[in-house]
Amino acid sequence: MEKQHGEVWIITEQAKGRLNEVSFELLGKARELAAKDGLPVSAVVMGSGIDFGNELIAYGADRVFLIDDPRLALYQNDNYAVVLENLIRKYSPAIVLFSASYCGSELSATVAAKLETGLAAHCVDLYFNEQAEFVQVVPAFGGRVLGDILCPHTRPQIASVKPGMFKKPEKESEPHGVIMEESAAVLDHYESPLKALRVVQEQPVGLPLEEAEIVLAGGWGVGSAEVWQSLEELGRELNGAVGCTRPALDEGWTKGEHTLIGVSGKTVRPKVYIGFGVSGATHHVVGMKDSGVVININNNPEETVFQVSDYGVVADVKDLLPVLLKKIRKAKEDRQ
Amino acid sequence: MNIAVCVKPVPDPKSYDKITINPETKLLERNKIPMVINPTDKHAIEAAIQLKELYGGKVILISMAPPGAKEVLKDGLAMGVDEAYLLSDRFFAGADTFVTAKTLATGLKKIENFDLVFAGSESADGGTSHVPSQLGEMLGIPHLNHVMALVMEDGILKIKTKIENGYMDYEGRLPMVLGVVREINTPRYIPLMGVIQAQGKPFTVWGLNDLQLDPAVVGLAGSPTKPGSLHTPPLGRKVEMLDGELEKVAEKIIVVLHSAGLLS
Ligand SMILES: Cc1cc2nc3c(=O)[nH]c(=O)nc-3n(C[C@H](O)[C@H](O)[C@H](O)COP(=O)(O)OP(=O)(O)OC[C@H]3O[C@@H](n4cnc5c(N)ncnc54)[C@H](O)[C@@H]3O)c2cc1C
Ligand SMILES: Nc1ncnc2c1ncn2[C@@H]1O[C@H](COP(=O)(O)O)[C@@H](O)[C@H]1O
Repeated sequence: MEKQHGEVWIITEQAKGRLNEVSFELLGKARELAAKDGLPVSAVVMGSGIDFGNELIAYGADRVFLIDDPRLALYQNDNYAVVLENLIRKYSPAIVLFSASYCGSELSATVAAKLETGLAAHCVDLYFNEQAEFVQVVPAFGGRVLGDILCPHTRPQIASVKPGMFKKPEKESEPHGVIMEESAAVLDHYESPLKALRVVQEQPVGLPLEEAEIVLAGGWGVGSAEVWQSLEELGRELNGAVGCTRPALDEGWTKGEHTLIGVSGKTVRPKVYIGFGVSGATHHVVGMKDSGVVININNNPEETVFQVSDYGVVADVKDLLPVLLKKIRKAKEDRQ
Repeated sequence: MNIAVCVKPVPDPKSYDKITINPETKLLERNKIPMVINPTDKHAIEAAIQLKELYGGKVILISMAPPGAKEVLKDGLAMGVDEAYLLSDRFFAGADTFVTAKTLATGLKKIENFDLVFAGSESADGGTSHVPSQLGEMLGIPHLNHVMALVMEDGILKIKTKIENGYMDYEGRLPMVLGVVREINTPRYIPLMGVIQAQGKPFTVWGLNDLQLDPAVVGLAGSPTKPGSLHTPPLGRKVEMLDGELEKVAEKIIVVLHSAGLLS
């Protein structure tokens, strides 16, 4: 296999008039990949009345393709895919990275099908191996297994990455990118059979899980909505965020799906993770395994969760929570 | 209304913690894990049956899987699906999502034109959520994934799709491919009568020749992506148990928090 040729592209994503963090996370990874072979990095922005060029250049884009068109005001899979297919055919990048958000995974699948090329989903790692092949590491069986994916013959090689998987890079000390306006004129010849009417998105209140230094995760073992309230109280006391497992979410105890940790939810890397009544299923563990210190509280001494913990406590959550709350309040008072 | 549902048999997700990789052969050891219908596909079947109950017509299911999948697919028939089509051939093995979508599209076109094709939003084993969109592209009809609600009014489909912290509203027309998420409905339990009836329902198995496909465009050979080596992510940590009275345990936890630089 010879060296990779061509550019590394990232497809940015927006919400409420701002670029999503994942756009920068992708940019960071693209820069890392491109640096090895000296490939240029380009970012693509689609929308209406958009102006993110300089922001992306500041974070290291060599080139920003801006496609500003009223027909792109709302994300709509088919319109976006037609425009992207056209742009990708025009410039033939080697690699294209998408967000694996709900919209991003749909869009990447559509674009890959149009271009008849390979797509690797929810990548947890991306690198060039010694043969200079682009290795895309994807989870399978709920994250229990990781597999390498190669796309040897077709181009571009497309990969999607979940928000929060990679780190946002530092700003470039000497940004140097250029902005290139591209048109969405291909849409003149495309009449969509679909119509996106509206986007309804509520920014959840409180500290996002991804940003908290301490994450408390409640599992099914929390047992009731009342005990869950004590968990929330402890979260506030510690300036942390409270996350959950899927059974806890399904019970309706939690603040909502944005607090789910695991394959179907968020990936968190706090300094400290404390699990309460969590069994340690891989579906959940893949979303917290990179946390600093991991503590788990469970009433079953044999539970698998202790195999993925630095500290374990065999106790009933509802007994330990009030004691912990009291002691932490006292510890904080003693400090003042 | 004629509806097709794409159904993937998968190893039961409840047992994924038992999957290991054989250190010598580097192959997956997933023996003894029972196969089930992919969880979101049950919601797809339910959505299809509900529409049939409202508008009449027929619901078929289609699956690309090894021959052994036949028994699992009968669960779909038992839920109320009318007919099953299994695309099965040793040449189909190793297909990525692109080729899976292509093979399913070829099978669907051979059956008839459908008003709606349902799929799950995501399979539990591969978990790419590519197939619904890619199938739509190969059939050349509009498609949406992550559908959480769906109604038909005067021939117009009103569709709600799930996005982070919210949803989007769409309008569209038949035909369409829709990938559904589990919020869309609650799949019905399989009635005993359904199990009995399933035995008598039409079940067609098609191979490479039936679909008139070239072996070079199916399975691993036709797939743009090729799998490399497998690994298990390192998850294990060495645990230290904090024991004693709850008060003592709480104090020990606080010490851990302090040494991690918190609570200061
Ligand atoms: C396709 C798919 C995707 C999934 N995605 C996710 C995901 O993203 N995130 C996720 O979390 N899950 C996900 N799941 C579910 C996952 O497989 C597990 O079922 C789930 O993580 C288990 O949650 P739990 O630990 O809260 O519940 P359980 O497994 O029921 O464990 C409860 C634990 O609490 C302990 N306990 C009970 N009572 C007490 C008490 N009073 N005090 C202390 N301990 C107690 C028990 O010993 C047990 O260990 C997914 C599943 C599927 C099929
Ligand atoms: N081999 C298959 N046979 C039938 N349907 C499939 C197959 N693979 C995927 N699907 C459908 O596509 C959906 C999404 O799967 P995936 O893209 O693998 O995450 C599944 O929920 C199924 O409805």
